[in-house]
Parts: sequence; structure tokens; C-alpha cells
Amino acid sequence: MATGTDTPKSFQEIILRLQSYWASKGCAILQPYDMEVGAGTFHPATTLRSLGSRPWAAAYVQPSRRPTDGRYGENPNRLQHYYQYQVIIKPSPPDLQELYLGSLAAIGIDLGLHDIRFVEDDWESPTLGAWGLGWEVWCDGMEVSQFTYFQQVGGHDCKPVSGELTYGLERLAMYVMGIDHVMDMPFNDPQTPIALTYGDIFRQTEEEYSRHNFDGATTEMLFRHFEDAEAECQRLLDFPPDDPKTGKRIIMAHPAYDQCIKASHLFNLLDARGVISVTERQAYIGRVRALAKKCADAFRQTEAGADAVEAVA
Amino acid sequence: MPDLLIELFSEEIPARMQGMARDTLKKLVTDGLVEAGLTYASAGAFSTPRRLTLMVEGLTAESRPVREERKGPNTTAPAAALEGFLRSTGLTLDQLERRADKKGEVFFAVIEKPGRRAPDIVAEVLETTIRNFPWPKSMRWGAGTLRWVRPLHSILCILSDETGHEVVPLTVDGITAGDSTEGHRFMGIGRFTVTGFDDYAAKLRKAHVLLDSAEREAVLWSGAQNLAFAAGMELVEDRGLLTEVAGLVEWPVPLMGRIADDFLHLPPEVLQTSMKEHQKFFSVKNPRTGRIEGFVTVANIETPDHGATILKGNQKVLAARLSDARFFWENDLRIARAGMAEWSEGLKAVTFHNKLGSQADRIDRVAALAREIAPLVGADADTAEKAARVAKLDLRSAMVGEFPELQGTMGRYYALEAGLGDAVANAARDHWRPKGEGDTVPTEPVSVAVALADKIDTLTGFWAIDEKPTGSKDPFALRRAALGVIRLVLGNGVTLPLHALLIKRIGRLTGQLRAWDAQRQGAVVAEALISVGMKDQAADAYDQVISDKRPDMQKAEDHAMAVKGVENASDLLAFFHDRLKVYLRDQGIRHDIIDACLAMPGNDDLTLLVKRATALADTLKTEDGANLIQGFKRANNILTQAEQKDGVEYSFGADPKFAEGPEEQALFAALDAAEAKIGPAMAAEDFPAAMAAMAALRGPIDAFFTAVQINSDNPIIRRNRLNLLHRIRSVCSGVADLTRLDG
Repeated sequence: MATGTDTPKSFQEIILRLQSYWASKGCAILQPYDMEVGAGTFHPATTLRSLGSRPWAAAYVQPSRRPTDGRYGENPNRLQHYYQYQVIIKPSPPDLQELYLGSLAAIGIDLGLHDIRFVEDDWESPTLGAWGLGWEVWCDGMEVSQFTYFQQVGGHDCKPVSGELTYGLERLAMYVMGIDHVMDMPFNDPQTPIALTYGDIFRQTEEEYSRHNFDGATTEMLFRHFEDAEAECQRLLDFPPDDPKTGKRIIMAHPAYDQCIKASHLFNLLDARGVISVTERQAYIGRVRALAKKCADAFRQTEAGADAVEAVA
Repeated sequence: MPDLLIELFSEEIPARMQGMARDTLKKLVTDGLVEAGLTYASAGAFSTPRRLTLMVEGLTAESRPVREERKGPNTTAPAAALEGFLRSTGLTLDQLERRADKKGEVFFAVIEKPGRRAPDIVAEVLETTIRNFPWPKSMRWGAGTLRWVRPLHSILCILSDETGHEVVPLTVDGITAGDSTEGHRFMGIGRFTVTGFDDYAAKLRKAHVLLDSAEREAVLWSGAQNLAFAAGMELVEDRGLLTEVAGLVEWPVPLMGRIADDFLHLPPEVLQTSMKEHQKFFSVKNPRTGRIEGFVTVANIETPDHGATILKGNQKVLAARLSDARFFWENDLRIARAGMAEWSEGLKAVTFHNKLGSQADRIDRVAALAREIAPLVGADADTAEKAARVAKLDLRSAMVGEFPELQGTMGRYYALEAGLGDAVANAARDHWRPKGEGDTVPTEPVSVAVALADKIDTLTGFWAIDEKPTGSKDPFALRRAALGVIRLVLGNGVTLPLHALLIKRIGRLTGQLRAWDAQRQGAVVAEALISVGMKDQAADAYDQVISDKRPDMQKAEDHAMAVKGVENASDLLAFFHDRLKVYLRDQGIRHDIIDACLAMPGNDDLTLLVKRATALADTLKTEDGANLIQGFKRANNILTQAEQKDGVEYSFGADPKFAEGPEEQALFAALDAAEAKIGPAMAAEDFPAAMAAMAALRGPIDAFFTAVQINSDNPIIRRNRLNLLHRIRSVCSGVADLTRLDG
């Protein structure tokens, strides 16, 4: 809980401060990816762009969905739809920890008053075939961010290594502003004529989606869509690279990756519906990972994902 | 004599790796220095979350020059030999010396290695150390190729003596060693240079870093204790947590808080586990209520508000965590009070092993086995079965789902809530034990029955499906299960007919896995038991086999199954014996002593086996015992040779009337006396008495061998003496197979 005069007044102010902070540090401020994803890492700006040797620096908010975490808007901290703030910089700069601490100061956390700790936490995404080493960052015993040096994505070694920061925005904001229930958090400035809380905006949708995720979604359709996405991903990657219409070499890595994202989210929905058994679970994760790997392979064949030397040649 | 100071400064090193990293740094660097020809007086390694430090005192300033002489080929040897020699020495022909030798003139290579300066050696050794450091997990960062546990930022490496210090010339992957470092991340004083270890440690302290983890442990422990005492409370000791927390902070600042009243009714283990696992808090107990009522968190910073903000934040996080725990607890209690049917139903859906069925199937087997074992350990069969049915239900509880380490602990609480009584509840807690070498063995009869049944079911199950441990691979921890059985049996002095038990279980299980009915399972078991001469164990099932009307096809299949089952059971019994040998070896009993006892009948009764082995080991420690073995072996060797040569067994019985001297007569008398004592002692399983009686033969046997020639010219006398030796053999062999003893 920041108690200084610098304390942000609303959820959006925290987002705006992070945006301007990371913009000032040279990141391209991107917009959320326009698909349903489980975490900010799924944005192609992170997964695909962490591959190859081209330097990259981006920051963005990513709405994220975890269907199993739905609690009908009643749980003070748990949501099936929430926001992550994601920063990805390649190669990871030597002062990334200091840059990160600067961002905490920017949102009103007084580093002389709080206890900030980097506690071992190795990150692994079985669906993306990715892993890295780093920490969860604690502020007064509360996990406020995930800090990771990517070592491998889609089965490819990351060379150079990207540094990834992920902030769980609701939790961080609640902590900074001293709010106990997420739905009570001011979304915009509480002094404005039309003051809105997080609950004004999301309580109803949390209810609707919780019901949808646990009981509404048609599982047969979800299974079918999973198969479709899987097949489409493969089909797009099977195209020969040379496009007869333009005469250019166009590998459809991103459209294929969209299908991989889709398959991943469909799997999450099926999981929330409780129709995937323990043994099947591993098989589905393996199928999504296979897609992610193929997309990574394809992206490495493109200009944006190549190693600099090859790209120049 | 310069001192060496090395600091490898990085981003936060995981706490659990720091102890290993200190030891490794010290070993790799000092080994490398010594190998390169330097010596040193002492060395010490230190760590904080951000640095790994080594100091080496009294290092020699340079390595001694080394002069090596190597003898080469004769000067007349073929050119190829000379070329090979030049290649291997790295010299040219004109650098070789020619020396006269017995066989003429020979080439000699004299290789002078000049002494090297310490800084050059240190640079080389440290670079090798950094590049090959065996972190459990390491990483790359930025655009570099170096691997370290987390990004490595700077290297401090200096040699210092009375005249000053010098920086060791070293660059690793773009990081050049220097003589500066920095202190605490938030309470530091910027970058500073150091001149030697004392200066380094003192400046770090000024920059709010306690270099020595032992000092951080001491500071935070005494600080935490003072906080607790001042509030009339007691800190709950936790060495592991203390070490971990000392690895998370450079400047420990303990802060104490209270647990909100809403959570005080939670079981203390839940509070402790939740606080430790999630928050790394120490628990604080109120001695008046005996409850966990507070916590100590350790911050890494001193703040103007004396930690008030930090404590408030931690308290808030704890409240959220404990709300979850309370939710689990209340939910679990509801199910427990309703009889836990929801959990036993749920375990049907949980696979234990794809070839051994669900957890519910496993529980059925354990329950049946617990019933069977109950009378052998003095437990009531119904209670043991009930306990076995309940013992694993907490696996389905929300609390154990969140904190697997509370398995058993929660089982006890829930069984009590279900009104099942102490015996069943304690079995739920204790049937997992002993979990490891340091763990204690349960002693309550019902707990012992369920613990034995659980472990024996696991072992027979995996043996029945041929998933035995091989080499270092033991994914189902079967060695630990076998050791658990051994400790349970020995610790409680249980007499368990293990061989028959294993045959029965494996026979039943193989039948169950094929979904055969109980009668057919019984037929297989009976056939197996009969085949190893245990008709009495086969009981009713034996009659079934005799009178059975199975079709011949089925009989053939059952027969094959029985044969396989017996094989498996013998193999598993041998596995138990192997584990027992390891266990007893650790207790100081030699393997050949165990072998001598294993060769005796009834070796599946582990309690009896160990009694016998212990008595034999004790006897061998006495002078009479040790010498008796020599006498026995001499007797046995002479007898065995004679029996081989003559092609007969001298077991006709010796006749005292042919005894010639007083020594021979005395031996007859001694054997009679020993036999009279050994028989009843063995029948009473009084091994020490039997062994003492046997050891008493030492004098008469020694005297006999000194006075008497076995191979007498008189064939009757000779034959009688060989028969007398046979009596020595048979009397002693009733106690243990002494031929298997070493020496």
C-alpha cells in the first residue's frame, strides 16, 4: 500500500503510468492482441518476437482469460478475465532489474518504505514449449510481478535472450491503492462526474462468463473447433513459401499462430467444463505445444524471426 | 604471502542453491590453485542473495619452478621413435641432452617449467571455475553466451598484502575483474573499492550487507526471538526455514505480527504450513493457549516507519492466504462429518497406476491385507480394516490438494471429526510412516497393521506387474517401502510369515488383475503354497484345489500363474533380504554374518533373523566366539575333504568308546553338554544362550586338535574321529551356517 501523495487514484491511472514509463524507456507501446489468450505471453509480440536475433522492445496491456478461475464476480481476487501488463525487451538489458524497480516507483510504490524481493521462480509454459529462469517479485510478501529471462520458446533457444516482465494489474493496483475487493476498485478517477468502479464494468460480465465457462459452452462444438484450429494451423504452414500472386516469399507464420492461440483457448474452455480427464489433459497440451513449435519453426524462416546475419543476406 | 579475495556479483541467487554454491566455489578455486602449484593457509566462502565470495589466506606469490626429466629413445633408435619423443615433449632435437646409459647413449629431455605469478594462475583458475560452475540450473542473458545462475554483473578479484593490492587481470565474456562492488540494493552507498577481505566485509556492513549467512541467521533468529519474548510468545524453531530466509536477505529485519482471530481455530499444522510455504513466515506460539497466534516475517530493509507498511502488507497477504485455508478446512469438515463418502467415491476416479487400478481398488486391497495382518500385530481386525479404508481419504480433501505435505495430518483431523476414534485417526496420520530414514516408526497396533498392509500391497503390486527397481531407477520408491516394512517389523518385534504372505498377495493380485473370482484366486494361491511345502497355510483353499472341478485348460493356466507367483514372491523376499542387509550393515552387522543367518530355515521371519544375526555378531566379538569359528572351520575343512575323498558322509555318529585321550573324551562330553543346552535354547529362540553354549566348545575343540591326529592309522579310530567332527558341524550348524562367515 503506497501511502504517499503520489498514489494513483484509479486502475487506469496505473496503466497509464506504466505505459508512459515504459514508453520513456524506449518500448514500443503496442495494443492488446485481438484474440482470447490465457496470458500476455501468448501475444505474438512476445512469443514470436522473442525468437531470432532482431532487437525488440515492446510493452502492452493484454486482457487475459482463465476460464477455470471464474467466481461469478464474488471472489475478492479471482477473475476469469483480467489484465496483464507485459514488457518484453530483446536482448535483455543489463539494468532490467533497475528499470523494473523504476516502474514500481512510477506507480507510487516508495522503494524506501516497502520490502521488494526477487524470489526464485522458474517459468515454464508446456503449451508454448517455452521456459525461462527468473523470479516472482514480492512487495511486502505479495507477488506483484513475474520476471523471466526466456531461454527457450517453441522449442528454439532464445539467442539473444529476451527479458520478460509480467504484472498482474488488478492485484498490483489493489495493493497500491489499498483496496480489498477487486470490484470496489475505482477504474477511473473517483472524483469525476461519472465515476466507475471495476465492478461497474466487470461484475456482470464475470457472472455471465462464469456461467458460460462452467455450464454454457457447448463442449461438442469446442472439441470440433479445437480440431478445426489444429488442422487449419497445419494447413497454413503447409503452403509453399512462394506466393504465386505476388511473386514474394510469404510464410503465414502469424495466421497459423492465431490458430494455435485459438486451440489453446479452446482447450482452456474444455478444461473449465471438466470434460478433459487427467490423462487426456497431457495429450491436449502436447497437441497445442506441437502447433506452437511448428509456428515458431515457421516464424524463424521469416524476415522478422531470422538471425540478423541471414536477414542481411 | 598475499591474500586472495573473489566476489562474483549477480542478480538474485535462489536461496536453496547458495550453500552448494559456496562449497563448490571454494573447492573448484582452491583445487585449481593447488593443482597449478600454489599453496594456501586457509579459505572461506560466503554468500548473500546477490554475491558469492571466496577469500583465500596466505597464498604463495608464485608457483615453484618445476624441472622434469624424461628419458627418451636410444640415440641409435629409428627416426620414428625420436620424432614421437620430440612431439610428446614439445622440444626440438638440439634441446635434447645425450647421456650415457647402460645400453649406450640415450636422449634425455629436460623440461623446465618456470614458476608462474599468482595473479596469472588465479585468473586462469577463476575463469575456468566460472565457465564450468555446476549450477543445478543455469541461464544465458542479453546477447552473451556465458551461463550463470542469474545474470552475472561484476567480478571482484584482488590479491593483497602489506604493500597494497592488485587486481587480477581477467575478463570473462565482457566482464572485467576489478576491485569494486556495491552494497544493499536499497540501503547501499553506491559502488566502492576494497583493499582486502577485512576492508570488504567492513564496507559491506556499512552498506547494509551482512556477508556471512551464519551471522544473518544468528541476527534474524535472535531478533525474532526477542520480538516473540517481548510479547510473551515463543518462536517455533525451523532450521530449514531459517537457512532459506537467510538466503533471501542481505540485511535481515524481523517483524512480528498477529494472526487475526478468525483464523486461530485452524489446526496449527495448517497455519504453520501455509505461512511457511507461501510467505516464508516463522510461526509464533502463545505458551498460555498452546496455539499458533502470530508470525515473524523477515524484511530486507530498514524503513523510516520501522516496518509498519511492510508488516501491514504482509498481514494482508496472510489474511488472503488464510481465508483460502479456512475455506478448504470448512469445506473438508463438512464432508468429513458426513462420513467422507464423497472422498471415497472420488478416489474411484483417481488412477493409482494404470495396471494396478484406481486408488479405491488399492484401498480395497490394503483393507483386506490389514485384516489379515491385524492379529499378528495385536490389532483388532475390524478396526484395522476400517482404518485402512479411511486412511487415504484425505488425498481428496481440498487442504491436502493445496498442501500435499499435510497428507496424514489432515487425515487424522478428518477421521476424528467423522467420529472414528483415536486408533483409526492415528492410523490415518501414521500409516504413511516411516517416510524416510529419520522418521519414526508407528507403534500403535492398528497403525502398524495399516502401515504394513499399505507398503506390502505396494510392493506386491509392482512385483506382480514386473515394475521392479533397477539400478538407480526406483520411480515408485519401492526400496523405501521395503525398508519401511523392515523397520515396522523390527521396531515392533512383529513375527510375520512374510514368505507365505507374499505368495498369497501376489497370487490374489494376479487373479484380481485378470478379474478372476475369489475361488479361482484361492486355487492359484493354494497351488502356489503347496508347491513350496506350505500346505498348512493353504488351509481351506487347499481343499478346494483337491476337490476342484476346473477344466484342464484353466488348470494349466492357473498352474502357470502359481509358478510365476512363487517366483515373484521369492524374488521379492530376496529384495527384502537385500534391503535388510543394507539396513543391518548400517547398524554395524557384517554382511557375512547376515548371510550365515539367512541360510537358516525361517529366514522370512525378519525379527527372528535379526535376533539370530545380532547374537552371532555379539558372539563373534568374544574371544571364545572368534576362536570357535576357526576351530569349526578347521573341523569342517578336514571333514569335507575326507568326505570328498572317501565318497561317504560321516554322519553315523561317533562313539565315545573309541576316544583315546582325555582331550577326545572331553570333546565328547562338551558336545553332549552343548547339545543339551542348544536344543532348548533354539526352541525358545534364545539365541544368545545357544551361541554361548556353542562358544563354550572352543576350549575342548582347540585342545582336541592340539592333542589328536584325525587321520589315525587305525581306520576305525579315523572314522570315529571324522564322525566326531561331523557332530561339531551339526551342533554348530543348528545355530547358523558358520561356513558362510569370512576369515
